[in-house]
Amino acid sequence: MNVRAQMSMVFHLDKCLGCHTCTVACKNIWTDRKGAEYMWWNNVETKPGTGYPTKWEDQEIYKGGWERTKSGKIKLRGAGKLKGLMNIFHNPNLPVIDDYYEPFTYKYLDLIEAPQTDEQPTARPISLITGKPIDIKMGPNWDDDLSGTPDFARKDVNLKNLTPAEQEAMFQLEQMAFYYLPRICNHCINPACVASCPSGAIYKRGEDGVVLIDQSVCRGWRMCITACPYKKAYYNWNTGKSEKCLLCYPRIESGQAPACMHSCVGRIRYLGTLLYDADKIEEVASSEEKDLIANQMDIYLDPNDPEVIKAAKANGIADSTIKAAQKSPIYKFVKEWKIALPLHAEFRTVPNLFYVPPLLPVMASVTQNNKSDGSELNPISKHWSDEWLYDTSIDEIFGTIEQARFPIKYMANLFSVGDTELMTEKLKKLMAIRIYRRYKTVGDISKEKSDRALAEVNLSEEDAEGLYRLTSLAKFDERFVIPAAHREQAIEMAESTADVKGSTGMGFREPPVRGL
Amino acid sequence: MNLLLFGALPYMALALFIAGTIYRYKTGFKYSSLSSQLLETDRLFSASLAFHIGIITIFLGHLIGFLAPSLFIPIGGSSLVIVETIGVMFGVLALIGMVLLFYRRVTNDRVKMVTNKMDIIIEILLMVQFIIGILIAIDMHWGSQWYLSNMVPYLHSIFSFQPDISGISVMKPLAQVHVVIAFLIIGLVPFTRLVHFLVAPFHYILRPFQVVRWYWNPKTINDANRQWQDVKRPKNN
Repeated sequence: MNVRAQMSMVFHLDKCLGCHTCTVACKNIWTDRKGAEYMWWNNVETKPGTGYPTKWEDQEIYKGGWERTKSGKIKLRGAGKLKGLMNIFHNPNLPVIDDYYEPFTYKYLDLIEAPQTDEQPTARPISLITGKPIDIKMGPNWDDDLSGTPDFARKDVNLKNLTPAEQEAMFQLEQMAFYYLPRICNHCINPACVASCPSGAIYKRGEDGVVLIDQSVCRGWRMCITACPYKKAYYNWNTGKSEKCLLCYPRIESGQAPACMHSCVGRIRYLGTLLYDADKIEEVASSEEKDLIANQMDIYLDPNDPEVIKAAKANGIADSTIKAAQKSPIYKFVKEWKIALPLHAEFRTVPNLFYVPPLLPVMASVTQNNKSDGSELNPISKHWSDEWLYDTSIDEIFGTIEQARFPIKYMANLFSVGDTELMTEKLKKLMAIRIYRRYKTVGDISKEKSDRALAEVNLSEEDAEGLYRLTSLAKFDERFVIPAAHREQAIEMAESTADVKGSTGMGFREPPVRGL
Repeated sequence: MNLLLFGALPYMALALFIAGTIYRYKTGFKYSSLSSQLLETDRLFSASLAFHIGIITIFLGHLIGFLAPSLFIPIGGSSLVIVETIGVMFGVLALIGMVLLFYRRVTNDRVKMVTNKMDIIIEILLMVQFIIGILIAIDMHWGSQWYLSNMVPYLHSIFSFQPDISGISVMKPLAQVHVVIAFLIIGLVPFTRLVHFLVAPFHYILRPFQVVRWYWNPKTINDANRQWQDVKRPKNN
């Protein structure tokens, strides 16, 4: 057992309101620079939709991630040692700026300086690359809230194995639904960007698993852009170096939450430590598609197991990190309650960002035609009743999930490698908590029904209470359990403090050079 | 004049090359291929491929002749014609690539924004160098042989710090210009994007896929008995 610590995340999609505050916080801190205008280390997508860059999930186009060979090993799909060096002069799989969008601003000064005429002055959009006027064709969240539109929602890559009828049902005017998918770098356990970098500039930090690009070693060979299946490595056309989300490591090293998470209005984001077994990385990444998620869950270790603690200490993991792992909200969501799933585990990078799937778009108002009393949504006035939402009053406990208005298959394509059973299980858990809370607070559901619902999804009352608490009431310190980095150990390792007494600071260790 | 061009210039260029590349490497951030593929990819494909394949082959040809002249000496007769033809072909390939790249650079609005003066200077120099090289191959046949008899001894004399310019002084002006421009380019390398060929990532073949870096060695940090052994003075003190 080779225990390592990993900063990992849970995003609770039922709580995401799509306000893009995370995106703006990130942009203001990190990418508001020349060459980085088009980069959105954090972005929020509307699903169904094509996302950013357009259709990033379609690896037939972008050739990202790993694929399993016939011999059961894995190889990079569009990069790798031979392919990477062969394509170094021109990378055929590199997305170009138009796949993202051409960054733009407006000539605001024209509004003030235009001479007096009969017409209102306008502020024309200009390209942030060339400085010339452009027609804006695309933006970073161009498909925001546009579910049902032919250009965006219907081209969603995750619709691929849905029948035309199922797709059509999704986009019926009064049936249409959507939800938001905020994305940042997954700080994967088996990162494809690291593996693809010819210069060896990208690395995973041993202490907390953050994946970074060493800017002084990056030579702009552009292979990471192709290799990252989530398209979260970006090429800065101005500096000629690639950049990516750094999980605000200066903040987490001092125990603060990353900017996107700290600013999250819906409080959907959780950050904590997971312990994992680094000896099993290859085995997990190359497992068969149907076992991918189960095996990934196995790589994370129980931080309360004495064996694990012993192995962790032998590996130099600090006590404070182990303690943080024991209190980790991520461990609870992912391992204890098993309610969060990774995004597109089939890319085989073993991502460390987990999503609690959204119940709302799947369930909302599906019962309009199946109400037990036979009533329906008024077709003319479209009168809305709160009972349409999460109808927990019907006799059948999970009756509505199978008749979901979002095909479970679609959700499964995103979060469970197409496994609809796994997906249904998670949705049922979310539903069970609602039934339980309704029994507790409103009281119109019997204890028997609530108990039956919890029993069916293998949750104890304690679990349900904990899940409810962490979902709805959790304060900052419960959502973010971040062990500060042990800089003092790094300094001791670098030099004898007595040697540098009286001189400036404590000096620094040359390799590895950190920071921008 | 000859002494200045063939005796002094090479040393100035080489000194500039060594000092410049080291300085630029030490300042860290600036070594990059400075790819513009993100901004324009279609026209880059044929241009970049033609240029790189052409120039690398030609460069290797010159380098092997310089390092191991004995490999070329036995070549004669019809195989000589083949070697020369191949040489010209790759020279033309590199020239075509360079012209296309240059044309792309000055006509594409986006690429223009990432172009600086040194890009233009070095690309023009390279184009001139390719043209002269092709002209030499056509005008002065069997270059792979006189390169060995006249130029290689001259280059060897330069690198062994006993410059002997007698061989080069009797060459046709075309070849002399070729040599002068070559050393000019060598001297300019540290100030241009060409530095990226010095950091060509061959080590990628040998390294493991995943890279993990530690702030400190996790195995030794908890060992209380360890003395201050492998401790170095920090660099900023």
